Amino acid sequence: MFNGGSAKSLIDLQRGEVSREVFVNENLYREELERIFARAWLYIGHESQIRRPGDYFVSCMGEESVILTRDPAGQPRAFLNTCRHRGMKVCRYDEGHTVHFICPYHGWSYATDGRLVGVQQYETAYQPPFDRAQWGLIEVAQLATYRGTVWATWDPAAPPFLDYLGEARLALDLALGPWDGGDGETELLGSVQKWLIPSNWKFVAENFAGDGLHVVSHRSVDMVGIGPNQREGRRDDFGSLFLAAAPRWGHGITYSYLPADAERNDYAASMETSRYFKECWEKRRRKLGERAGLQVIVGTIFPNMSMHGQQPRTILVAHPRGVDMTEMWRVYFVDKDAPREVKQFLRHYYIRYSGPAGMTEQDDMENWNYATSASRGTIARRYPYHYKAGLGVGSIHQFIPGLVTGQPVSLSSEQNTRILYRRWAEFMDASSWSELTAARDS
Amino acid sequence: MASGKNTLITGPAIDSALAHLVLTREVEDFLYYEADLLDERRYEEWLTLLTDDIRYWMPIRKNVPYRDERGDITGEEDIAWIDDDKATLTKRVRQIMTGVHWAEEPASRICHIISNVRLVEPGVALDANELVVGSRFCVYRNRVETETDFLVGRRQDTLRRIDGALKLARRKIILDQNVLMAKNLTMFF
Ligand code: FES
Ligand SMILES: [Fe+2]
Repeated sequence: MFNGGSAKSLIDLQRGEVSREVFVNENLYREELERIFARAWLYIGHESQIRRPGDYFVSCMGEESVILTRDPAGQPRAFLNTCRHRGMKVCRYDEGHTVHFICPYHGWSYATDGRLVGVQQYETAYQPPFDRAQWGLIEVAQLATYRGTVWATWDPAAPPFLDYLGEARLALDLALGPWDGGDGETELLGSVQKWLIPSNWKFVAENFAGDGLHVVSHRSVDMVGIGPNQREGRRDDFGSLFLAAAPRWGHGITYSYLPADAERNDYAASMETSRYFKECWEKRRRKLGERAGLQVIVGTIFPNMSMHGQQPRTILVAHPRGVDMTEMWRVYFVDKDAPREVKQFLRHYYIRYSGPAGMTEQDDMENWNYATSASRGTIARRYPYHYKAGLGVGSIHQFIPGLVTGQPVSLSSEQNTRILYRRWAEFMDASSWSELTAARDS
Repeated sequence: MASGKNTLITGPAIDSALAHLVLTREVEDFLYYEADLLDERRYEEWLTLLTDDIRYWMPIRKNVPYRDERGDITGEEDIAWIDDDKATLTKRVRQIMTGVHWAEEPASRICHIISNVRLVEPGVALDANELVVGSRFCVYRNRVETETDFLVGRRQDTLRRIDGALKLARRKIILDQNVLMAKNLTMFF
């Protein structure tokens, strides 16, 4: 597949080295679209974006636009955003509500369940008439929802979503669950931030999978202090850290753990928010005991869905747009039942942390940008990247699933990124999901 | 006059027309001075032009139907590109000054071109404490070697007169992009 070799030959897990070709090679990039983005489960949206039948949200899978909608029967559905007649992008709004998607080009119309329901001059121009049932919108092969998030894959042979999540399921439970540990819901806090960064998409994925070493790059924001408590740093106190990988699936999570007898911070800028978090923490402790303090800091579900699990709480999808271009889509979450003042307080905090104006994320994007461009050269690409931190250290934890590396090593272990690239190579080399399944069983 | 009608001004009307002109010039001068401070990286001086209760807000633009009454700008309590108060703007300035804010290190070359300055809401009396001012911006950023961004849009400012001097009390920045085509927004608008 690559110079006749295998993708596996680009990843040396024993030595902790990954070839730069993985990040800069055009041919590999095109293979990724085929072998990863057309087969893996991808995050495509949130149910709160399509509450009623007819609501739609224009999303994206790999490079391609996808319409996420809710059909008349109330089921979420996802279709490629291209007309079956001559390819026109059927829907060019970001979101909305409709009965039919009407193609601007020659007027074909599609119902929200994808059926082709209107064809201009159908009775007169087509002799014999063609079977409209064969010409509906192209639908994803599988769609799954989990705690409000919506996922899809183009591969009918992909395993069920919950299998695919593997040990990372706990991370989604924690990141998408309410603060008080109860049964309430979280909801999207408004609109999506979308922006382009000149970087290979995997810099984003590996950063969120677990790159404790890059914390040093955020020194400027730590000096200034933008956290909700307005002191030094950019977050609340979160206790100790644990890196956990889902070794067979390629997902990487950084968990934090605060002992159950710890107290939560006050937020001087908003007493209402302080009170809310204290109440939630009390409830959480009562309900979850010693596990109450387990939270997700960051994580990546392979390949390109990344998250912040607590403060801030967001999902970031790194959509590929070329070997050296990525379109970032970021959404933010709050407890649905939180008071308005709490949501607004968090909104301000979230967007001064993340996104293109995020005082933390800005420095990440500068690094991903110039790491990509400085790796492209003929000489540069002969030399592999270095992923040796914490080689051979991971073990099993009492209640964190997966391969776990705890403090003090966690801040320097690159186990999650190594596992992400191992899975990357498996995807790139396998010709089908049955081979991929075999790869993870071996 | 503000309406652009081509009338000959005579008699008492000339006084109000002149007052309007002088005020417009004062406002333009304020905005151009502000742009100079930003482009010369005199950020701490720039902060002194802002009131303590400033809202500095850059909503997101959406693709919506032409007739959508909600408009194409995200709402006041929705996610925005930027929604800062004075404290956060001050932190942004301090971050740049740390010398280790890599997104602005080495420093970008930034040029603000401000135009179409106009006092809006003609009903507002000329001696009112607050003025609403519309303008356009072209913000050019060039950094490191060839990296270039060109961000264009409108601003709607509320200026407040405090002890005789104009200050910026609110800025709404309406960028004419949907997918932001700059990797970050480290610059001020
Ligand atoms: S391309 Fe859509 S109707 Fe022709
Ligand atoms: Fe970071």
